[in-house]
Amino acid sequence: MVTDQAQAATAGSGSSTEPVLVIKDLVKHFPLTRGIAFKRTVGHVQAVDGVSLELHPGETIGLVGESGCGKSTIAKLIMGLERPTSGQILFEGRDVTKMSSRELRRYRRQVQIVFQDPYTSLNPRMTVGNIVAEPWDIHSDVVPPKDRPRRVRELLERVGLNPDYANRYPHEFSGGQRQRIGVARALALRPKVIVCDEPVSALDVSVQAQVMNLLEDLQDEFGLSYLFIAHDLSVVRHLSDRVAVMYLGKIVELGTDAEVYDKPAHPYTQALLSAVPVHDPTLRGAKERIVLSGDPPSPADPPSGCRFRTRCWKAQEICATEEPALTDRGQGHPVACHFAESVEIVRAAS
Amino acid sequence: MTETTISPHLPTGSTNVPVLEVEDLHVEFRTPYGVVNAVNGITYSVNRGETLAILGESGSGKSVNVQAVMGILDSPPAFVTRGSIRFNGNDILSMTPEQQRQIRGPGIAMIFQDALSALNPVFTVGHQIAEMYRAHTGMSRREAKKRAIELMERVRIPAARQRVNDYPHQFSGGMRQRVMIAMALALDPEILIADEPTTALDVTVQAQIMELLRDLQQETGMGLILITHDLGVVNEVAERVIVMYAGKIVESGTVDDVFTSPSHPYTRGLMASIPHAESKGARLNPIVGQPPNLAAIPPGCAFHPRCPHARFDVQAKEGRDCRVDVPILREFGIGRATACHYSEELYGD
Repeated sequence: MVTDQAQAATAGSGSSTEPVLVIKDLVKHFPLTRGIAFKRTVGHVQAVDGVSLELHPGETIGLVGESGCGKSTIAKLIMGLERPTSGQILFEGRDVTKMSSRELRRYRRQVQIVFQDPYTSLNPRMTVGNIVAEPWDIHSDVVPPKDRPRRVRELLERVGLNPDYANRYPHEFSGGQRQRIGVARALALRPKVIVCDEPVSALDVSVQAQVMNLLEDLQDEFGLSYLFIAHDLSVVRHLSDRVAVMYLGKIVELGTDAEVYDKPAHPYTQALLSAVPVHDPTLRGAKERIVLSGDPPSPADPPSGCRFRTRCWKAQEICATEEPALTDRGQGHPVACHFAESVEIVRAAS
Repeated sequence: MTETTISPHLPTGSTNVPVLEVEDLHVEFRTPYGVVNAVNGITYSVNRGETLAILGESGSGKSVNVQAVMGILDSPPAFVTRGSIRFNGNDILSMTPEQQRQIRGPGIAMIFQDALSALNPVFTVGHQIAEMYRAHTGMSRREAKKRAIELMERVRIPAARQRVNDYPHQFSGGMRQRVMIAMALALDPEILIADEPTTALDVTVQAQIMELLRDLQQETGMGLILITHDLGVVNEVAERVIVMYAGKIVESGTVDDVFTSPSHPYTRGLMASIPHAESKGARLNPIVGQPPNLAAIPPGCAFHPRCPHARFDVQAKEGRDCRVDVPILREFGIGRATACHYSEELYGD
């Protein structure tokens, strides 16, 4: 299988600080096999295909895209839960994909994850106190055993839960409270980076806002960097400093939240933003709606050239033959489209 | 449970003939752990050609209410304890099961959030759509299949003639939802109930499905009840909206009125919870606390423990103690109603 070497430009955010996490040309192909006794590979699902990103200290990068675009695979690759097919993940300059298991353990102390589903990501047979303290069983030097009960109480309090609940079990909590428990567990090792994989998607609107406020407060307090993965564009805009839009395993547009939301230049970003329903009756109909036809193609057999061309209204011959690089084409931020053109979508994500 | 009385308010636009009238509906679940009061006295009506949105969070009773209308609640544990559901003037609840079957399907149809689990995995989609005709009209297999293909074309499934023999798992999420819509439309229902039809779908696909529903509604003139938690979808699709909390209607009116000047603190709280472009960098202002446990709904106004404006004891006016007195959904303005004791004081008229 020829790996599509990514030409994606590394994003410069103009920040002077050294990035804490760098992803370079990251590729993950899952083999598709047929047969039981004699498995043969019949193709590859190109889940992530040449993605480059830089995450700076204290920064939030939002990763948006529809289901199957590879955003959760990126989370798994960063956490070391999957091995990349090729490419690098550099944490403070060291390549995570080449780390020994001992180094990996140290790395995971710095990089933690909050999962989408607060119902399946907490062990139902452990008390909340034990769930939050479990990271210290592996990293025993972070908090001395005698301080642990006190630290658990502090953490629960910090995420807005009653510290007296440490002896309760997950089923006694609502979805929003469970998500707070997941956040407390992620904080237990005092990480630098937290990967948030759809952390508020399963929550009701009013509770979702509570958890978003919590994530922002914690970032200010501990200087955390977030990679915030979500499909809800308004949630991503609210929290992110920069936003990367993904389509079929590639980043198609990358910029500050204002650049991507107010002046989207990739047709897919434009379609995505225009599809978000507006909440304001006075803006109803004010926005031009681009309704894409069809569904995204299978990542096992992506279109040649530009992967969006099969649903794109701007597509021409060059789109089928030449893959557009993710580079600045005069819009002030990188866009992977041969015909990139900034368009204003009327307050699309508001 | 306490009684909520309002007269059905007339909508603006569309025809003012209610096809479906729900009055003082109560639904409870009798579980081993106690009685869960899911729907506690709601009254509304839907006219031909109009779209009514029912907005609420999980546990607000928005889905249970329409499941009672469709008669698909498992009983036990669910029981409709009071109220009436009238279709073209006839009370469905007092009908025989056979009479009900004549209404549910040909009169009122429903589509669900999760199309994959709503469709039968072992039959082709063509078979399942055709089944509607064969069960209700006794049409021949061949004729029913022909009609199924026509329906699939009508809901814009590409290559319908080939795909009619495919199974549900061979379709994408958006296409499965179209299959469900095709089944629901088979018998030309006067009312279509859509329970979170796009919640499981990506935004670009959601836009396609919403556009399809709107077009079909214009073609057929059916009334549409849209159950959703998404304020954006309500704003773009519906004419009227009712907002539910803890099994009751807290506010109702036209979407324009309710969205521009919400009359209930809960509705206001929902709107403040949604991030806007302008809210960037600022903290959101969510509703504090959790939705109530329906087995132990707070006395008085069910929203009072989370309400920033709740008044009680000496602050409260006579008969309007938010902890004690149950607010009644009362009309104000034109076609609007609110269930907040202090709506006028808080938000003017």
